[in-house]
Parts: sequence; structure tokens; C-alpha cells
Amino acid sequence: MNTLIFLIPIALLLGALGLAAFLWSMKSGQYDDLEGAAWRILDDGDDKPEQD
Amino acid sequence: MSCCAAGTESAAELEALKSEGPSAEEIWLSSRPLGDGMRQVDLIVPGVHCGACIALLERELPRTPGVDHARVNLSTRRVSVVFENKAGAGSAAPISGSHAETVLTALAEKFKALGYPAHLPGGGEEGADPAFRELLKALAVAGFASMNVMLLSVSVWSGADDTTRDLFHWISALIAAPALAYSGRIFFRSAWDALSHGHANMDVPISLGVILAYAMSLYETITHGEHAYFDASVTLLFFLLAGRTLDHMMREKARSAVRNLVRLSPRGAMVIRDDGSRDYLALDEIEPGMRLAIAPGDRIPVDGRVVSGRSDMDFAVVNGESAPLPVETGSLTPAGTLNLTGSLVLEATKSARNSFLAEMVSMMEAAESGRAGYRRIADRASAIYAPVVHLLALGTFAGWMMATGDWRMAMMTAVAVLIITCPCALGLAVPVVQVVAAGRLFENGIMVKDGSAMERLAQTDHVVFDKTGTLTRGRPQLVNAAAVAPENLAIAARIARASRHPLSQALASHDTAGELMPDFDIIETPGEGVEAISPEGEVYRLGRAMFALDGHNQGLDQAADASQVILSKNGVFMDVFLFSDQLRRGAIQAVARLAALGLDAEILSGDREAPVRALAGELGLASYVAGVRPRGKVDRLKALAEAGGKPLMVGDGLNDAPALSAAHVSMAPASAADVGRMAADFVFLHDSLEAVPLAIEVSRKAGSLIRQNFALAILYNCIAVPAAVLGHATPLIAALAMSSSSVIVVLNSLRLRRKTRIEHFARGAVSRITPALPGEARAESSLRTSA
Repeated sequence: MNTLIFLIPIALLLGALGLAAFLWSMKSGQYDDLEGAAWRILDDGDDKPEQD
Repeated sequence: MSCCAAGTESAAELEALKSEGPSAEEIWLSSRPLGDGMRQVDLIVPGVHCGACIALLERELPRTPGVDHARVNLSTRRVSVVFENKAGAGSAAPISGSHAETVLTALAEKFKALGYPAHLPGGGEEGADPAFRELLKALAVAGFASMNVMLLSVSVWSGADDTTRDLFHWISALIAAPALAYSGRIFFRSAWDALSHGHANMDVPISLGVILAYAMSLYETITHGEHAYFDASVTLLFFLLAGRTLDHMMREKARSAVRNLVRLSPRGAMVIRDDGSRDYLALDEIEPGMRLAIAPGDRIPVDGRVVSGRSDMDFAVVNGESAPLPVETGSLTPAGTLNLTGSLVLEATKSARNSFLAEMVSMMEAAESGRAGYRRIADRASAIYAPVVHLLALGTFAGWMMATGDWRMAMMTAVAVLIITCPCALGLAVPVVQVVAAGRLFENGIMVKDGSAMERLAQTDHVVFDKTGTLTRGRPQLVNAAAVAPENLAIAARIARASRHPLSQALASHDTAGELMPDFDIIETPGEGVEAISPEGEVYRLGRAMFALDGHNQGLDQAADASQVILSKNGVFMDVFLFSDQLRRGAIQAVARLAALGLDAEILSGDREAPVRALAGELGLASYVAGVRPRGKVDRLKALAEAGGKPLMVGDGLNDAPALSAAHVSMAPASAADVGRMAADFVFLHDSLEAVPLAIEVSRKAGSLIRQNFALAILYNCIAVPAAVLGHATPLIAALAMSSSSVIVVLNSLRLRRKTRIEHFARGAVSRITPALPGEARAESSLRTSA
């Protein structure tokens, strides 16, 4: 019973952290272009030969 | 040139794509100031579909002087470009010779040079989707709350003693309260709206169940009771929000893709003032009587009359035919028609509000409101379900009150009934099936606008086809290439490269050398043809018989059925080239499969009688109507509907748009005019007309799965409700029953994936154009979108 006093708030806090992270990432537009994000990670931005 | 386009579009098609695009003035009118002398414009670029496209555009566009940066959004196929606005900062006046104009002209050129046709978004479709974000946030909160509350509830069920149980109930109450307030408001708002208008919808029992369950549980917690329903109320919200989010996602995704293709009416026009000065005015500012300068390749902004100049015009907007017609001084030009070959000066006869396009729009709106009477299966189900659930709960309460006189006990049982019957499975039954079916169709290159379209398509019993652009490809093709002398064809094809006339472009695609004859002097006479003078002084003419043969047409113009072009040298006949339209791929198979599905089919065309009859004969269709105007098509569909039919309209042109709206359900190819695509419920991206029977089959299967899901939900209720009414439903049982019914419904819906995988069309169509990779198939679909 005593451990619960610590464990329950910790569990809730971690869950709330995850929720906050999700809401923040959505607000900052990170879900606006999921398809583009999948492609962008493949582009390492180094100097490629010019293509035409 | 776009990276993945090679080999999938013919050179002529790419050429046609490149010729379209917004002008500097149009970009200016739709850009918005960001402050600091910068402006931003959002452009729709349907050709963007992979990482290489993103990298290319984001690297190349900022190289245009004055452009600060560009950002591609692949999901919405948009590019935001931020550019400098040094000269015109702070002024809303149209640009004239400013820095911004040169920047925008260079930008428009850059898009064309890169091979990505860019378009301005149509009106009223800006920005992200706030409703979807709200649903997603509500879903996240409900998910968080239900996980935690369920965790605590499981501890209680597994036998927590009194103090612990009360503690856990209190914590659950504290978690559930804000979650219900936040996530539940979507349902509460809708339920309140319905109630205040005097009727009940599906959201009323949901809201009532959730609120009553919470209130009852809180009371139980305060009085140290044994049972609490906090878990049930938040889990219920979570499942229902999942269904609602899926439903919304499916509709919005396809709809935005369709919307993104909209581009028809120009944003404005170049007005010639009385003193000869020229101004680019927005469409709303154009008044009747103003004179407008129309360049070749421009769309006519408002209805007008030609004051000077002559040209060929594409009247497909009015009659659906791609063959251009000559116009000269005095000719009337409806808004939306396309000027092909010569410069014109028009006198506007109507303002934009009253133009031909506006009339089409009002016809479509009238037709749309007629169709709005259609009620979705889910709505009809909820109309029956909601009152039954309420009566049942009320009856339970009354029964237990009378039997035991214990209001607390009676209330608990009634709440259990409300929760256990809550339309969780019903809420998921329709959207899950429709999302799976829409995904299935999307993989086969068919976009669905919303779920009710699939329900309507499953009911259809009669198919009406437009001719040009739907059953046929809508592009003239040279049919007698084998019969003409190769050297004549080579000369004609090279001369034809200089012209934008559709017949010339069809001819030019037979050019093997790939370059203009450098030393030929080429003059195009709008409405007549092209004259080419060789260095030796030989005069070649390509065009109408009257033009090519100096008036001695030798009866050649009478060969009316096929379009023809004559090549002459110094006025002497050399060869005649015949053109006709080709059947769209899969047209014959599609008509045969529709007959096998038990559907009638007919042709409704704006074209002349003879070609329509010939086509009907070729496809084996007994009934056809030729020479129909847009209003005539609407009337025909209304007549079919009045006779009790549910017609499916398949059409492509702007002239079909009112008919597409008026039909019970409608389909358009991606090559259709933008308004046609807007009006249609389904848009197919692949070339083949076999998409039509495929969509009908998938919709019918989806319909039967939805009915199965309803049957499952009803069966579940038949078992669960008596248990709840008799007071045997503990929170554990209610939670289990509710979740399992939802899971069963989802699993049943997923069967649609497996069932339709064996479609021969699906395999054929995708493998024909693309390698096996699924990513490539998607890329292909998006590319076809731009065609």
C-alpha cells in the first residue's frame, strides 16, 4: 500500500508526459506531412552531382 | 523534368502539362504578406510524389533570384514559396514593373522548366484541417485516460480491499473527469445541437450514457460503493473517437486530393483601358463592356464577344468535344473556354457572377441539394437505435424501481444498460469498413470522396457514360499513319511542332527527328493552319483544305466523320492526314462487366449523332442520346431517377459537371476537367475504364460487410442487453462485452482486404504500369493525377 503512494503518481506522470509530448509535437506541425517526412530522412543533404 | 515521369507519360502529354500554370499576376493575387518585405504563396504541385521531387524543388526554387525559400508538403502536394517584395511592400495594388513581378515571372518559369506544373489552390480550401486535429487530440486524451483508468480498474476487479478500492476509485474519478470534459465535448456538442433542434442522433445516447455513468460512479465512490464505471465511460469515448477519426480521415484525405486538382477559372484578366494602358484586374473587378486581351493558351475569364483577332478555341467546357472551333470577330466566348492559337481582344458581356461558369455552378448547387436528401446507413440506423436504447434504459429503471423500490439499484442497472448498448460497435461498423474499402480502391487508383458515395454506388442500377474523354480518350490520334508517304509525314510532323493546335500536336508526336526545321519560316494563321517557307522558297501549308489548297478544296472538306488536315506544297495537294479519337483503355471490358453485374448502360453525349452511334455499336450498347447540352444531361438523369432508377454518371468534362452532381452517384477520370472532378464522388487515376465495375464491386462488398457488422452488433445486443436488464452486468462484464463487440466488428471489416485481393483488374492495372513495389504504385497514382 505504501509503495502505491509513490508508484501511482509516477505512473500517471509518465503517462501525462507522453500525452504532453504528443500534443506538443502535433501543435508544432510534426504530423502535417507524414509522407514527406518518410522521404526526407533518406536525403542526407550531401553534395550530389547536379542532376537535370 | 520530373524525376520519375519518364516512360509513363508520352512526350506530348508532358508538353501539354508544361504549358499550363499560373502567371506572375495570378501568383501575386493569391500571395500574402509575411512582414519584413516578404510574401508567401502556396501552390499545388500534383507532380510531387517522392523524396527526389522534394529535394529538387527545395534546392532549385530558391535559386530563382528573389525567392527566399521553398518548403514542400508531400501529403497535401503543396509547395510554400517565400519571396521578396522589395518594390511593392505594403501596397495591395497590382504589380507593375516592380521587383516582385520579375521574381514571380521567373518563379512561374522555374516551375515549368523543372517539369512540375503548379496550380493555385481554389477558393475556400486553405490551410490544415482543424476538425481532424481536434479529433486527434481528443482521441489522445481519451486514450491516455482509458489506459490509466483501466489499469486501476483491473486492480479493483482482482480483489482490492475497501480502502484501496476507494482510493483507486477516487484516482479514476480524477483522471476521468477532465478526459470526459475534453474528449467528450465533440459528442456533447453534437448531441446538444440535435436535441435543441428537437431530434435525437447517435450522440445523444453516447453523451447520456457517459455522463450518467460518470455521475453514478462518482456517487458510488462517495458512498463507498463496490462498483464504478469510470473505465467504461472513458473506454467508450476512446472507441467511438477512434471510429469518428477514421471516418473523418478517409473523407478528408480523398477529398483534399480531389480538391487540390481544382484549377479552372483564371484569377483575373488583362484589361485594356480606353487610353490603351493595360492593367491586370482580379476577376471580381471585371465589368461588362471592358475590353480584355487574351493570349493564346489563356482561359476566357468571363463571357465575352470577340472584338478583334481570330483564333481556334477549345469549347470542351460547353459541348465536351476536344476538337477546336474557329472564332473570329463577333463570335461569343463563354467563360472557361480555352483560347488555343491566336491573340484575341474580347469585350466582356457579363460580369464573373453571371457568366457561363457561374451558371454551371448554380446548376450544380441545385443538383447537390437534391442529393443531400440521401441518408447514410449509419444515420438511418441511429434514428432507430437511439430511441430504442433510451426506452430500454428507462424501462429498466422503472422495472427495477417497481420491483425493489431501490432507486440506487435501479439507476445502476439502467446505466449498465446504457453502457452495454452504447453504439460502440455500431459507431465502428460503418467507418472501419469504409476506410478499408477506400484504401482498397485507392490502391487500384480510385479515390472516394466520402462514405455515403460508396453506399450509393452499391445501390446503382443504371450507368450513364459521357462519350468524349470518358469512353474515348478525348485526344485526337493520327489514324492513317501507315497510308501516307513517310517523307510527307515527316515534313508535316515537323511543321506541326510549331503549333499548339491539338491536331498539330497529335501529328507532331510522329516526328522522329525531334527538332524544328531550322531554316523554315513558319507563320501560323489562327483558324486556318500553318504555313512554312523553306530556304528554297517552297511554300508548304498544313491545315484546312481551303487554306492549304488556296480555295480549291476538291471536295475534301466533305469527308466529315474524321477530322482531317491537308499538307500542300506551293498550293498543290501532297497528302491528307485523318484523325479520330480512340477508345479509352478497358472500355469494352468495362461495359461487358457492367452487363455481367446486371446493370444497364447508355451513352449521353454532346457530340453529333454519327460518331455516337458508331461508338455505341462498337461497345454493344443499345441506347444512346446524342447532341445533349449540359441541361439536357441533367434532365435525362432526373427522368431516370423519377422512373425509380439510381443512375451512376461517368463523365469528365465541365459540361458533365451538373450531370455528375445530379446523378445518384458519379465517377470521373483524373483527366477530367477540374470542376468535373469536384462534382464526382469517385475519381479514377488509372487510364482504364475497368475502374467503374471494380468500384461497384468493392462498394457492394463493403455494403454487405456493413450489414454483417450491423447484424453482429444486434446479435451482441440480443445477448448483452437481457443480462444487463436483469442486473447481471458488473463493470467487468460490461467493459469486456463492449470491447469485444468492437474488436469483432473491426476484425470482420478487415476481411474486405483479403476478399478483393484477387481482383484481376487490380493485378493487371498495377503491374502493367509499375514494378512490384507498393511505393512505386503510389507514385504512379499521384503522377496520373497530374495528367
